[in-house]
Amino acid sequence: MTILNKETINIQKEQDAVFLRNRVTEYAVKIKMGLVNQTKLLTAASELVRNMLRYGGGGQVLCEVVSASLLQTGIRLTFSDKGPGIKDIDAAMKDGFSTGKSLGLGLPGTKRLVNQFEITSRPGKGTTIMILKWKNG
Amino acid sequence: MDKIPILKMGPFLLVTVQVDLYDRLALGLESDLVAMINKHESKGVLIDISSVNIVDSFMGRILGNIAQMSRILDAHTVVVGMQPAVAITLIELGLPMTGVHTSLNVEKGMELLKEKLLDTDEPGNNSHDNSE
Repeated sequence: MTILNKETINIQKEQDAVFLRNRVTEYAVKIKMGLVNQTKLLTAASELVRNMLRYGGGGQVLCEVVSASLLQTGIRLTFSDKGPGIKDIDAAMKDGFSTGKSLGLGLPGTKRLVNQFEITSRPGKGTTIMILKWKNG
Repeated sequence: MDKIPILKMGPFLLVTVQVDLYDRLALGLESDLVAMINKHESKGVLIDISSVNIVDSFMGRILGNIAQMSRILDAHTVVVGMQPAVAITLIELGLPMTGVHTSLNVEKGMELLKEKLLDTDEPGNNSHDNSE
C-alpha cells in the first residue's frame, strides 16, 4: 500500500471537528469517492472525533490518501489521543455499551461504516483507532 | 456563539439547518426549540435537513430527543429532506429514529403537520380509517 498524501490535524475543540470534516471531504472529492461512501466515512470520522474529545481530551488525526493498486484508492484516518484508554475493548465494540450517557453505537456503528477498523488502547496511555474507506468498497 | 434560527409560522415552527452541525449547536437547537414551543404554544415543528451532509449518532439522538420532547409538549415534529446517503448511513450505523416523522420535502412535511393539527382539533375523528 502506498501513501499518496498525508496531513495531521489537531483536535482540541468541537469546531475542529468541522474543519476535519471539510478536509476529509476535500480528499474524498479529489479521489472521486462516491457520495454514499463519502457520507459513511465522514459519519465514522465524526463519531471518532467526538469520542476523542469526550473521553480522550482531544488529540490528533492523521489523514492519509492511500492506494493499493492503480484502481483502488482510499482514505485512511488515524485518531490518537492520550486519554485514559479503553479498559475492555471487546465490550466497547458491542452495540449498546457506553460508559458515558450515549447510545453506545459509536464504535460498533463506525466499524460497520468503513472497510477496515483497527483499535489499540492502553489504559492510562491512550487510544489509537485507524479506519480506512476505499473509494469503491 | 452560532445559533440555528427558528421561524414561527402560524401554529408551526420552521427550522432550516444550513450549516454543518456540531454537538453544541445541536444541543442549542434542542433547548431553543423546546422553549419556543412553550412560548408560542406551537403544534408542530418542521426541521429541514436537506443541506446537512452527515447525521451521526449524536445528532440523530438530538433529532429523536426533539421529537419526543415536543410530543410531550403537544407538538409533532417532522424531519424533511434527508439526503439518501444520510439515510443509508443512519441505518448502517444502527440508529433507531423512533418517534420522528419524516417527509421527503418541506411541502409534504407541512401537509403532514396540518393533518396532525386537524386530527387534534377534532377529537373522536382522529383516525382516518374509521369504519362505520
